[in-house]
Amino acid sequence: MGKAKLSIVQSGFVPINIENIDTDQIIPARFLKATTKEGFGKNLFRDWRYENDDEAKPKADFPLNQSQFSGEILVAGKNFGCGSSREHAAWSILDHGFRVVVSSFFADIFKNNALNNGVLPVQVSEGFLQKIFEQSNVTELIVDVEKQTIKIGSLEEFEEGFDINTYKKTCLLNGYDDIDYLLNLKNEIEDFEIEKAF
Amino acid sequence: MAGKTLFEKIWEKHVVKIIDNGPSVFYIDTHFIHEVTSPQAFNGLNKRGLKVFRPQQTVATADHNVPTIDQHLPIKEELSRLQVEALIKNCAEHGVELYGLGHPFQGIVHVIGPELGITQPGNTIVCGDSHTSTHGAFGAIAFGIGTSEVEMVLATQCLLQSKPKLMRINVEGVLKNGVVSKDIVLYILSKISASGATGFAVEFAGSAITSLSMEARMTICNMSIEMGARCGMIAPDEKTFEYIRWREFAPQAEAWDENLVQWKQLYSDSDASFDSEHHFNAADIQPMITYGTNPGMGIGIDEKIPTKESINDTDKSGLEKSLAYMGFEQNTPIKGQKIDYVFIGSCTNSRIEDLRMVAGFVKGKKKANGVEVWIVPGSKQVEAQAIEEGIDKVFEEAGFILRQPGCSACLGMNEDKIPAGKYCISTSNRNFEGRQGAGARTLLASPLTAASAAITGVITDVRELLN
Ligand code: SF4
Repeated sequence: MGKAKLSIVQSGFVPINIENIDTDQIIPARFLKATTKEGFGKNLFRDWRYENDDEAKPKADFPLNQSQFSGEILVAGKNFGCGSSREHAAWSILDHGFRVVVSSFFADIFKNNALNNGVLPVQVSEGFLQKIFEQSNVTELIVDVEKQTIKIGSLEEFEEGFDINTYKKTCLLNGYDDIDYLLNLKNEIEDFEIEKAF
Repeated sequence: MAGKTLFEKIWEKHVVKIIDNGPSVFYIDTHFIHEVTSPQAFNGLNKRGLKVFRPQQTVATADHNVPTIDQHLPIKEELSRLQVEALIKNCAEHGVELYGLGHPFQGIVHVIGPELGITQPGNTIVCGDSHTSTHGAFGAIAFGIGTSEVEMVLATQCLLQSKPKLMRINVEGVLKNGVVSKDIVLYILSKISASGATGFAVEFAGSAITSLSMEARMTICNMSIEMGARCGMIAPDEKTFEYIRWREFAPQAEAWDENLVQWKQLYSDSDASFDSEHHFNAADIQPMITYGTNPGMGIGIDEKIPTKESINDTDKSGLEKSLAYMGFEQNTPIKGQKIDYVFIGSCTNSRIEDLRMVAGFVKGKKKANGVEVWIVPGSKQVEAQAIEEGIDKVFEEAGFILRQPGCSACLGMNEDKIPAGKYCISTSNRNFEGRQGAGARTLLASPLTAASAAITGVITDVRELLN
């Protein structure tokens, strides 16, 4: 099955300088009625993005609507993705075209959901995050999965490392997913069930 | 050798294998599914040409997006109907038991699991819904998962998990009159914040916790996710065993005795260590209410809405944004605030004890004019019990509307939405912007506090009505 591989993302970014962005803001519950994973991108941050839920009236002050911000990287305030476990949040972020989300803290379930869909959550220090938000000129971020680093533009001094477990890193670099891995363990799982019963 | 925590005892029994420098392959005993987060998982399974690996360990219900009136009629809203139909078809094809609309066991997934005796101590339980933490009240490791993970569990009965850090929250002492378990959890949230337990598995302990009934304990574990916790749990005791004993799927005969021996080992050893620990005193807790847009923004009912200066959180910008959304001012009392809707329901507070508590309190009283009151029972069994006890009559006389089981206005996915700008006092678990409908303003509280607002039409200290 698998996902698109992810190794280096060099791209512009969309900064949303708000803390505690919960999954109800990322994708409101009224859009969860689909039975497929595609098409959620157009409802990403729906209620912050449009006036009166009207696609013809984008809110000019919301970064996703501002032409100077674009790219494959979303940058958001601390505790991103809290709230409901809906994976639709990760799908809508991916469907919109983001491959990386940068924040100084992520809610647990969101982090897992993102990784399971080939979206990389990059957790940076609060200071580094603020540095990104301070960039007034259009600039790029460079995320290197292999080296586990994130850089602001070409400014060498603004580089930070991030954590990712070795297993997830291998998955991202190769485009595998967890189901592929687990399916290969069927026999071990069956043995475990028999042992556990005693 | 150091002792083990409750969490560790269960965790270790369920690790199939540890991946070098990676997560563990973690075995799941019970998997609950519902109509909203399972269709994409079944699609994935079908694409891979797989069947559900252990259908007997999978239980389905329809709750998130079902109507709560006229459930015997076809669902009007087309997309909801499609989701429910997809669930029926998927369960039939894969041999999964479904307690769908019309079934006497149908209800909110976190209400029916315990009620049917499916939720048992020492188990690992998952569901594509974050409030799966509710089941932890029985001494189980129970947590919410995303749809890719639902697919993993359907395919292999396993997940990849890293062991979380461990936290214990101790609440000692005796609760004051008018203060119930919902107030305990809102109080803890107000102290440690909506991200205070992120990355932790939380065990709740102490005399104020063990003195609670099972249903009250579920309310606490239910909201552990609102602190960011991976899961919440409480060590099982005689009350737990008593609660499970005669339920539909409780172990019978020798199996019961064997299980009981195992279950009695499930507690944190006295020399077990936690990565973090908090201590609270039950006597300090007042009836609680939230004023903002995350569940950590709660205060005692007599207190004033905080100011930017008075909150120690880093979230100062969040305060202004929240208050603007709620239409509230800093440094003003919350008592006396007018409300438009009262919602008593959700997997936090829709069990028979909650309904009894509300009925006991409102008997002989009438709701205030201009307030709409919805009582949504957690399950068909809760509904039937309420009718048997005459609770439905009490509600009717008070002018409350008793609806049919489902998630309803907890997440405003079906037609049970609060209109924009209106105030709703709600016994659910989330007050996020738009959670109960676009622009809806939610104040979270206990069933007693919600019921007192229903009677007076404004935010009220329930203790004033109790005396
Ligand atoms: S009642 Fe609310 S929180 Fe509980 S399962 Fe339903 S939607 Fe989730």
